[in-house]
Amino acid sequence: MKEEIITSGRMNPYIDPHLNIWHWQIPLYLFLGGLAAGILFFAALYTIQGKQDKYRTAVKIAPFITPFILIIGLIALFWDLKHKLYFWQLYTTIRFESPMSWGAWTLMVVTPLSFIWCALNIKVIFPDWDWKFQWVKEVEAFFRRNILVISWILLIFSLILGVYTGILFSAFNARPLWNTSILGPLFLASGLSAGAAAIVLLSKDHFERVQMAKIDLIIIAVELFLIIHMFMGFLASTQVQIDAANLFLGGPYTTPFWLFVVMLGMVFPAILEILELRGYKMPHYIAPILVMFGSLMLRFIIAYAGQESRWLY
Amino acid sequence: MRYAMAIDTKKCVGCSDCVVACQTENNVPIGYCRDWIVEVTDGTYPQLEIEIRSERCNHCENAPCVRCCPTGASHYEDGGTVLVTHHKCIGCGACIASCPYDARYSHPDGYVDKCTFCLDNRVKKGEDPACVSVCPTKCMYFGDLDDPNSDVSRVLKMRKWKTLIPEAGTKPHVYYLI
Ligand code: SF4
Ligand code: SF4
Repeated sequence: MKEEIITSGRMNPYIDPHLNIWHWQIPLYLFLGGLAAGILFFAALYTIQGKQDKYRTAVKIAPFITPFILIIGLIALFWDLKHKLYFWQLYTTIRFESPMSWGAWTLMVVTPLSFIWCALNIKVIFPDWDWKFQWVKEVEAFFRRNILVISWILLIFSLILGVYTGILFSAFNARPLWNTSILGPLFLASGLSAGAAAIVLLSKDHFERVQMAKIDLIIIAVELFLIIHMFMGFLASTQVQIDAANLFLGGPYTTPFWLFVVMLGMVFPAILEILELRGYKMPHYIAPILVMFGSLMLRFIIAYAGQESRWLY
Repeated sequence: MRYAMAIDTKKCVGCSDCVVACQTENNVPIGYCRDWIVEVTDGTYPQLEIEIRSERCNHCENAPCVRCCPTGASHYEDGGTVLVTHHKCIGCGACIASCPYDARYSHPDGYVDKCTFCLDNRVKKGEDPACVSVCPTKCMYFGDLDDPNSDVSRVLKMRKWKTLIPEAGTKPHVYYLI
């Protein structure tokens, strides 16, 4: 049999025998970024549509978790940096060629906006809240007058944030598994789905829950379509991408991916949601928790499997 | 000016002198390397072919590591060499993930490090990079591609050569004579 044996004398930490430079921090950061993007997207969307009262949880309550998860995400990102004291260099320049750069800047737009959003709705959570200082009240009034402008900015930047979580990976042609433009839309869809799930989880209003569950169903269908599309693309591509796809089609990531991401994270919650919409009674928190779990696992598995996929030469 | 290196796979015996020379010249931490030896055995027994290569950063003309660096720490320096400015590097690892040759590593001090073609410490003083100057079989050539009389231009004119993973679109500046 014709064989090719490659022996390398290189044994650098984090590189050999295969890349393992990114650990749990990066997928966690991407999941939290996507989740926050999803929640803020719906909050902005329903505000623009003037449906704040119909979707009270989506607009006024769910966004309260976003500043926390964005900050935990940023801490995770910071944790992963190996030259931490120079972190500020990230914000001395914008490089549009580098997703890491414009993604970091997107977070710098979305995080303050999430704080402003919460401040504007603080009375929903704490009815007796008083801003004490006159100037704070004036700033608040200014934001309130311009809520539509803020919503539009938030809508656009939450979409950018959601798509960035995927593009961060897809920009690397060195890792054939990541090098597919499907990852941008797939991670965006996964973030929106997780966001919708969080709203279902927090909402006490039946109408809102049903509407968000319906939206979630559509997004899950889109995700399944994108996943199939991604594998079709890989299998019709070059050998390195076929090898990358095989990590999931018989290779070491087959069970975790199809079981945790596709079955438990998409198909099963979709079935539960359909049954619930048909009137079957069941605990409403199971489906959204599974959706969020699937979204987290998707990031973990793509992050780890991607680092194993490579060019052989 | 475009610095480049040509490495003769027919002459290289895989002795690793270049690896040790680089580690010494550049104070590479123990357990790490900026260049390394790869041996590829190809064919069906007993018709086997062996190729030995001394590999390093290819100082790509279209370098993904430069493209994806968020701070500009990874950059093109004189003669197209790709370098990392240590005090600008945040250690995010994006460039490490972006290199199809896995030529970069995370230095224990936090920043990212890799082959520099010995630009500041040797080449600017008119010397060859450490690996080139130490090779006992003289299998490496270094110089300016824009100068038709440089060692590297001449040998690339005379010999057949290849670059590694040209399909990755990186346009390497390290050539392998075959
Ligand atoms: S070989 Fe890797 S590290 Fe060197 S320039 Fe090319 S992509 Fe960058
Ligand atoms: S690790 Fe340093 S050199 Fe590499 S991309 Fe990040 S900031 Fe740039």
